[in-house]
Amino acid sequence: MKRAFAAALALAGLGAVPAAAAEHLITALSDHRVLITSNYSGVELVLFGSVERDDESPLRKGPYDIVATITGPRETLRARRKSRVLGIWVNTRARTFVDAPSYLAVLASGPLEVITNAEDRRRLQVGLTDTPLPELIHNDIGQVANDPFRGELIRLMRERGLYSEEPNAVTFLTPTLFRAAIKLPAEVPIGNYQVDVKLFAEGKMLARTDSTFDIVKVGFEQFVVNAAQEHGLLYGFATALMALLTGWIASVAFRRD
Amino acid sequence: MQIFLPIADIPVNVFLVLAMGLAVGFISGMFGIGGGFLMTPLLIFIGVQPAVAVASVTTHVAASSFSGAIAYWRRNALDVTLALTLLAGGIVGSAGGVALFTWLRALDQLDLMIGLSYVTLLGIVGLLMVGESVRAIVRTHFGGPAVLRRPGSHAWFLGLPLKLRFKRSKIYASAIPVLGIGFIIGFLGAIMGIGGGFLLVPMLIYLLRVPTGTVIGTSMVLTFLTMLSATILHAATNHLVDAVLALILMVGGVIGAQFGAHAGQRIRGEWLRLMLGLLVLAVGLRFAFELIVRPEDLYSIRIIGSSP
Repeated sequence: MKRAFAAALALAGLGAVPAAAAEHLITALSDHRVLITSNYSGVELVLFGSVERDDESPLRKGPYDIVATITGPRETLRARRKSRVLGIWVNTRARTFVDAPSYLAVLASGPLEVITNAEDRRRLQVGLTDTPLPELIHNDIGQVANDPFRGELIRLMRERGLYSEEPNAVTFLTPTLFRAAIKLPAEVPIGNYQVDVKLFAEGKMLARTDSTFDIVKVGFEQFVVNAAQEHGLLYGFATALMALLTGWIASVAFRRD
Repeated sequence: MQIFLPIADIPVNVFLVLAMGLAVGFISGMFGIGGGFLMTPLLIFIGVQPAVAVASVTTHVAASSFSGAIAYWRRNALDVTLALTLLAGGIVGSAGGVALFTWLRALDQLDLMIGLSYVTLLGIVGLLMVGESVRAIVRTHFGGPAVLRRPGSHAWFLGLPLKLRFKRSKIYASAIPVLGIGFIIGFLGAIMGIGGGFLLVPMLIYLLRVPTGTVIGTSMVLTFLTMLSATILHAATNHLVDAVLALILMVGGVIGAQFGAHAGQRIRGEWLRLMLGLLVLAVGLRFAFELIVRPEDLYSIRIIGSSP
């Protein structure tokens, strides 16, 4: 909370917002640690927020708007395209996207093009189309404009529920109090998630807060993943032993002579 | 009941996976095969990444063939010398297969390779089995002359150097073709996630002339040992073996196999071979269909690694 307040103040100090003391944004998440246990099948977090006005805040002509961007841990993704070679379908072309978000949700209180103009959307990286997705080109990393692979990557990630852009996901309970549901499907990777909430009014950004939450594997799941990644050989011997035991128990249990 | 698979990273229904283990176990017990060629495609079908499916099925097949091998051991129906010679080739084959698997994964062509191997291998083996069993059925029903195997007829490759005596199977043959067969089985097993029982049994009978009394038991021992080494190799190099998935599969598998073995004893051998042949052929066709028909989605994504 303090941090959010400080961030809003810092922004005000930098002149990123109109001169007069603007609104502050205060947000809270229903949970800062999502635990993956053996019966985990996705989870929904709730983001709450309030627009704090003081005596000096100017009167706004329109309502407030909120855009919340939730970004998961970065990963390297490869988008591949199949084409027909000698009568069968083979992956022939591919692009590598470096540091792409493994999860990206853009939740807003209205259509993005209504909330702010195209230039601000690009500058503030608001919305899926304006989120940078750098590609690996030979040994360089850069943005490729109008790359069909970029669009296909976003489409595939959307189909899997990992990327989303929902213009009606943020609802205002009162003119200054809002809430939004962050849907995390079971496939989301573990790690640190950034929640960036921006407050807009009259097409301009007024305030911004940052917070984070973590998705962690705990207990048995964490143990298995650790063992498999860090001690592959030992893990291999352990699973082999498990196979031997199961086979042996079965042969004893079903012995017919 | 949903359970989260730690390595496959997806939640699955325990009862669905258990039922798949039971069904495949039933079939494997009935025909005396490992059942990997059925289990791997089924897992891919329910959403497990092909690489994780292949790696985890090797563990499952190791367990089910181990319980089979113990049963044959008790009946003294296996040839240890033969199994160990095959294994020497098998381990080299497994290592080669795991290496090729890792390389193809990096090239984005692993799924294609798995698909192609299934089509060619299952297509050929399925056709041969169906052909052979139909001829056998026709023969028994219409009383045609049975093809007698001439005793003492030897293929040229059995006369190669490095001769070994396989006492239990009563054969005296060169170790080279035995090692070669072991290599092929180990190699294919690592790439396709199959034990290779349905390949090994005909190879031992027709190529090495191993008597039917020891062939299944020996095949079980080899399957068990190669799958066990493939499990360890996959775990050590690709970190893709999902122990939770493998455990559910093997519990279902070993139970199903017991019922399958009972059912198998009531069916005549040639009908059993015809059914297995048709099953093998069907799985092969399913893979062929996927490669030939234009995919619904030309694009796919794969996670290469997480950023620091």
